[in-house]
Amino acid sequence: MNDQIVLHYEIPSDDFTRAGEASSNVKKKLKKMGFDPEIVRRVAITMYEGEINMIIHANGGYIDVIITLDKIEIIFNDSGPGIENIELAMSAGFSTAPDNIRSLGFGAGMGLPNMKNYSDEINVESKIGKGTKVYAKILVTKRID
Amino acid sequence: MTINDIKDILKATYIIGEEHGEKEVHTACGSDMMSDVLAFYKDQSVLLTGLCNPQVIRTAEMMDIICIVFVRGKVPDEMTVELAREKGIALISTGHRMFSACGRLYEEGLRGGASYR
Ligand SMILES: Nc1ncnc2c1ncn2[C@@H]1O[C@H](COP(=O)(O)OP(=O)(O)O)[C@@H](O)[C@H]1O
Ligand SMILES: [Mg+2]
Repeated sequence: MNDQIVLHYEIPSDDFTRAGEASSNVKKKLKKMGFDPEIVRRVAITMYEGEINMIIHANGGYIDVIITLDKIEIIFNDSGPGIENIELAMSAGFSTAPDNIRSLGFGAGMGLPNMKNYSDEINVESKIGKGTKVYAKILVTKRID
Repeated sequence: MTINDIKDILKATYIIGEEHGEKEVHTACGSDMMSDVLAFYKDQSVLLTGLCNPQVIRTAEMMDIICIVFVRGKVPDEMTVELAREKGIALISTGHRMFSACGRLYEEGLRGGASYR
């Protein structure tokens, strides 16, 4: 493997049925590269939740994934409405998702908490009316829990 | 327990993936909320759900789930089935409702995998 692999994904604005294609692609690549299945799963879930958020809350955006042997970084960028209270948004069960999203199986307010649980570092920056940037890092070491 | 065993216990039918029938399954979860499913990243092999859209397949894919049981006799649309075929995930459909489907599998020894703390 090269020192670093950078992947870039454009996430469409409102196609919920295609949500997860980018995450699926990253998962496949990491698997092929031989990363531990548990690490791959953690990256896949973190990215998938972020990808879904981008589609249901922010009209799409883009995701960059930086892969090295010792860590995987995922950077989500969107120009959506932004998050008013980040701390509140990160708490389990908080959601502003409308009912139609809930009937599709999302909007339980567990996305950001899941992303936090699965990553070793997460940072959310947001400006109302400007957009949201989420940085998540997963270290390539087995967790003992 | 295998996927075929689940099919028999739940008097279910295959939608696709009969060829995966002899694969072993270890733990299961039942939910209509995908983020709840995604909250337990430890090996889960089976998902029971009443939800029928492509995101159910995507969720299973991210979790390495190999079998999805649709309860209340539901069958997803062709696009969702096609996605599952692509991912090598077995789909089965049972007439049981969620509670009884989970209960029957539990009774036969299938467990949840995540411990309650
Ligand atoms: N990219 C985003 N842009 C704007 N708001 C967001 C974004 N991601 C999350 N949020 C806000 O944070 C809340 C919590 O997100 P999350 O934990 O993923 O739960 P859910 O997506 O189920 O609502 C969302 O309901 C939404 O209000
Ligand atoms: Mg979410």
